[in-house]
Amino acid sequence: MNPFRLAWTYFRIGMMNELQYRVNFFIQLLQSAIALTTGLIGLSLVFSQVNNLAGWSRAELLAVMGVHLLMGGVIRSAIQPNMERLMDDVLNGTLDFALTKPADAQALVSIREFRFWQLTDVLVGLVVIGVAVAQLQARMNLLQVVAFILALILGAVMLYCVWLMVTSIAFWVIRVSEIVNLFEGLYAAGRWPVGVYPDWLRTGLTFLVPVAFAVTVPAEAMTNRLTPETLLFAFGLTVMFVLLARGVWLIGLRSYSGASA
Amino acid sequence: MKRYIDFYLSSMKISILQQFQYRVANYFYMIGMIAEPVIYLVVWSTIANQQGGTAGGYTPGEFAAYYIVWTLVRNMNIVFTPYGWEWRIRQGNLSMELMRPMHPIHNDIAYFSGWKFVVIILWLPLALFLSWVFKPTFDITWAEGIAFFIAIWGAYLIRTMLLSLLGMITFWTTRVSAIFELYFGLELILSGRLVPMTLMPQWVQSLSNYLPFKWTFYFPIETLVGRMSAQELVTGIGMQILWIVIGASILNLVWRAAIKQFSAVGG
Repeated sequence: MNPFRLAWTYFRIGMMNELQYRVNFFIQLLQSAIALTTGLIGLSLVFSQVNNLAGWSRAELLAVMGVHLLMGGVIRSAIQPNMERLMDDVLNGTLDFALTKPADAQALVSIREFRFWQLTDVLVGLVVIGVAVAQLQARMNLLQVVAFILALILGAVMLYCVWLMVTSIAFWVIRVSEIVNLFEGLYAAGRWPVGVYPDWLRTGLTFLVPVAFAVTVPAEAMTNRLTPETLLFAFGLTVMFVLLARGVWLIGLRSYSGASA
Repeated sequence: MKRYIDFYLSSMKISILQQFQYRVANYFYMIGMIAEPVIYLVVWSTIANQQGGTAGGYTPGEFAAYYIVWTLVRNMNIVFTPYGWEWRIRQGNLSMELMRPMHPIHNDIAYFSGWKFVVIILWLPLALFLSWVFKPTFDITWAEGIAFFIAIWGAYLIRTMLLSLLGMITFWTTRVSAIFELYFGLELILSGRLVPMTLMPQWVQSLSNYLPFKWTFYFPIETLVGRMSAQELVTGIGMQILWIVIGASILNLVWRAAIKQFSAVGG
């Protein structure tokens, strides 16, 4: 069973489901607009006082905000819905249905849900990034664009791994839905470059919840701050996260006992 | 009157016992919530330092005090959410509560105010940790302490009225999430939740004087953090009482119209 074809099929099903409710697109657009407006107000408050924040100019912080919105859209459309369903399945014992299918269980639980309209945030994020690039008046060369996209993908994979590991805790403690709130709170920290935070918090945001790699590093790629070493390090860390998440998932699965699903 | 007092005391006792069982879940929730003020605090202390010591009249230590008190005020401000109202109306669960011989709002107020006692106990170690890390500067007089104690409960009641009114929109339409988000956006800007009001442009500050939001965040925090005269403290609490009365009156009117709209199957 080719996991990519499977993912594509689930993606299409999810999309067709959501396309039935078109008004939801406008509601989602309105919500994205509200989030964007409050973000912009926060930014203008900061820049009514100073002309740079820890060395980041207004346009550069706009780029950070764009990446944060975009990645938030990726999380809410593809990662979080799957993980929430996994939490429910562990709680209710309905994970049996996924485990008995002839595909890798980890792949399957990671692709079953897709919230198409949440991609609105990705779209809004891209527009913000576009405006930021225009304001920076710096032409991004091809290498920078590639580095940016690569950093985004690595960041998304790391976030997925952390979500999967945290959700796997459900195999032992059953009730973990509050963790969603904890994760949202920590992800909100990515609104600003991690450089502004005190050391202990920056370490946490880098290695425990890799918001630094998901948001700040791609933004660094856009603003000429990214060194090849950082990107290489991000790659190594991603490989480590993937292996670790796989391990936690496999060990957790052993503790799963489906009760009369 | 006596039956109301009895009802309140029993509901509060039940919620304290219930919520204390979920202390780990409560803690996760609280830690997730504390990320928000820590982010604001870090950004604004950075700005204050960059500007040579203050921003909007606040030193980094005063920002720390502001946002640490913020965490308690935010916890006091957790009330039955509009999303809860949406669920309760859409699923028909309201039917059961209508059977009771008193307005359902009493149950919400009593239950959540009992929960506050658990929340405050859980909050104390976090406040100590945040104070140890961010070194707030406090200068609290007795009058300020007493005013703060009253103001956080005033804020709790104002926000209960506002969010219940917001949730009751669900009686007329079920597409409410965008309206809720809009409200929370306005509240964020106009209440002092995002930044102390002195950092806002003058016209926003004047606007906020005519709205209820700032009495739920900025005022209770400032009773403890700012240097308010006795008269300002009393006036502020008076404004809170005014908004509670206004909120309760509108709630009553809307409720009468709303309940005629309500139809539920089962529940």
